Amino acid sequence: MWSWVGHRITGVVIFVFLLVHVLDTSLVRVSPEAYTAVIGAYKNPIMGLGEAALVAAIVFHAFNGLRIIAIDFWKKGPKYQRQMLWTVLIAWVVVMVPFLIRHLSIVFGGH
Amino acid sequence: MSSNVIASPRSNSAQSPWYKRNKASHSSFEMFAWLFMRLSGVVLIVLIFGHLFVNLMLGQGIHAIDFGFVAGKWSSPFWQVWDLAMLWLAMLHGTNGVRTIINDYADRNGTRMTLKTILYIAAGVIIVLGTLVIFTFDPCPAGAVTDLPSFCPVP
Repeated sequence: MWSWVGHRITGVVIFVFLLVHVLDTSLVRVSPEAYTAVIGAYKNPIMGLGEAALVAAIVFHAFNGLRIIAIDFWKKGPKYQRQMLWTVLIAWVVVMVPFLIRHLSIVFGGH
Repeated sequence: MSSNVIASPRSNSAQSPWYKRNKASHSSFEMFAWLFMRLSGVVLIVLIFGHLFVNLMLGQGIHAIDFGFVAGKWSSPFWQVWDLAMLWLAMLHGTNGVRTIINDYADRNGTRMTLKTILYIAAGVIIVLGTLVIFTFDPCPAGAVTDLPSFCPVP
């Protein structure tokens, strides 16, 4: 049940970000200065943490989505759904730890 | 734990338990939508993980992203097609997901219609805008001087 709640919440968060992300990328059609100025606003520690949270949401939604597919299409999927949830959470940690080390050292590394 | 369980959507509305919101439909649209979510989801994992890896993990990460970075990527048909597929699949996947949530939680017919109309207009605008930007993009716009990719002729 909580994986279902989490899937819906992360889904909506990702969708809202996607709407904004297409709009900010569309500024390349306005001028190089407009795009670079707005993207420059993303390059601070607070937005860096926001990106980390966004990627955390995407990775959970991706892996739990694969679990939903396995539950729907694999004969033994419903039986093993709880074990697969633990697999999702472990895989999430395994992906997020190297991502956070790399991304946060870029964000807080200074340039 | 039983007191902690969230009721299924549409199970506690005013009309429940005899509640039938719509007449049964003979269309197979909902089945195709269900299948599309699974198929597009698998493709989106590849597209978005690749997108995040190239843009955030390689080189200088997010520090490298400026106009020249985007122009360099979209000078290649490979990234144009990649981003176009990502745009369309992600928008349709996300729009269908939000449509499902609206159908689950907006009980009144008018509320449901209004929210879905707003959703479809927003999704249509974003898909058309994004597609136009990918295909009408000029990596070396006339008059621009800063942040251009290195292959632009020097003014």
